[in-house]
Amino acid sequence: MSALLSVSEVTVKFGGVVAVEDVSLDIGLGELVGVIGPNGAGKTTLMRVITGLVKPFNGTVALDGEDITNWAVDKRVRNGLALGQQIVKPLTAFTLLENVALASGCQRMASPLQALIHTKRDKELAKAREFLDMVGIKSASDAYPSEVPLGYLKCLELARALALEPRLILLDEPLAGLNQAEATKMADLISSLVNETRSILLIEHNLREVIRICPKLYVQDQGRYLDFGPTAEVMANPKVRTAYLGEAKA
Amino acid sequence: MAYEIIVATTMAITILFALSLNIITGFCGQVSLGHAAFYGLGAYTGAMLTKAGWPLIAALPPAAVVAGSVGFVVGLASLRVRHDFLAITTMGVAFLFVGLVRKQEWLGGEIGIAGIPAAQFGRPGLLVLSIICAALFAALAVYIKRSWMGFAFDSIANDEDTARVLGIDVPRFKLWAFVIGTSGAGIAGALYAHHVRYIGPDSFGFVESVTVLAMVIIGGVGSVWAVALAAAVLSVLPLWFQFVSDYKLLIYGLLVFGVMRFSHDGIAGAVQRLLNRRS
Repeated sequence: MSALLSVSEVTVKFGGVVAVEDVSLDIGLGELVGVIGPNGAGKTTLMRVITGLVKPFNGTVALDGEDITNWAVDKRVRNGLALGQQIVKPLTAFTLLENVALASGCQRMASPLQALIHTKRDKELAKAREFLDMVGIKSASDAYPSEVPLGYLKCLELARALALEPRLILLDEPLAGLNQAEATKMADLISSLVNETRSILLIEHNLREVIRICPKLYVQDQGRYLDFGPTAEVMANPKVRTAYLGEAKA
Repeated sequence: MAYEIIVATTMAITILFALSLNIITGFCGQVSLGHAAFYGLGAYTGAMLTKAGWPLIAALPPAAVVAGSVGFVVGLASLRVRHDFLAITTMGVAFLFVGLVRKQEWLGGEIGIAGIPAAQFGRPGLLVLSIICAALFAALAVYIKRSWMGFAFDSIANDEDTARVLGIDVPRFKLWAFVIGTSGAGIAGALYAHHVRYIGPDSFGFVESVTVLAMVIIGGVGSVWAVALAAAVLSVLPLWFQFVSDYKLLIYGLLVFGVMRFSHDGIAGAVQRLLNRRS
């Protein structure tokens, strides 16, 4: 059986700078994989390659065995990928409920003509309420993004990703900016969202939470693959420790 | 009575013209400073066809198709630019249109086209036709606003990068906004040509593009009723008051400044805030 997501020999260059070099990674359905690495390791660039925001210089990205390297972002999203961004980007003119309902109706907007002939939003609004409830911010459904704190916006990002009904959710530092209690709560929520039909790829700097919730880790350093496997084994790898802590001086 | 009919026809055509820009700028958030070019394309197409013997009603669809087709090409070329760069690109379209028309002898060159046939059904008939076209376009705009297309347009106007990661094919939706909006301008242009019965390159210059954009801004980008109201009032003010005609750009400029300073979402926003305060 092929992997849900397959990144093969991907290289990304920005001018003369190699941000990601010859990276390969496979993720199966129902997996929660943490992506870690020091600052500047190219983790976000790798995620942007998967979502289509950055074109790789070399290599391929496949979803369910289908090559999606040249697909536009929106097509990838309509075919099972969802992205939760590091810097939350709510639609500020929409309420939280409308933000999620828009995502929930993404298949209705697969083409402008299809979008033009559909007017009813009841079903999507009802589903949006469920997703907001799932992430614990249903009480703020009718609020605008400018009226709620960052923790709510992080949850909104997650609810919007869920509303796309994806098979793979890519989360870029969802715990950034949260205090430890909020981070633990968010990490538990992320962990609970993984099931037999949905996988999550989690880029995160909060090692404590990543190690706690992710059964598998992928480590990247200076744009290169360092290790990939069960969390305990990866964290025991001296190369991983060195990447984080540096070389010990004699 | 004839004067009232002329004023009302001007009003209906301007409402249609402003509502057509409202689809592009108000609904989809794409600033256009060259909308008069599409108005002109519709006017020239309609005038040439009726001069060739076509009835006005039959000339309206080709006017919409010509303006909409060029709108599609301009939209395609504009996909890579945003915000102020888009405004400058569309401004270039306005200058390009006037520059090209000036040099085309078969379009009357600098002199323009005179002797455009009157509508077969007379001035009252032209008024009724203009009102029907404006009303149908307003109904289409209201329907689009309620549909998922309107929802997608709103999201693109708000933040197109976020709209993309929510699965919306932003370039295709923008193109549809351009085609719908420019087609509407084409119809308005054809009606205008048969209303004034003389058109020249200067009738569709940059000033006209800025004027219609001012109407959309003053009404409140995205609001159908408020843009229609602003277009109706601003189109007849120069006819009623000579000083408004003499200082049109100055007065419109001051109004836009006032709106930006005190109610950036125009008349629609001010009315909404008033209603919210009362309830």
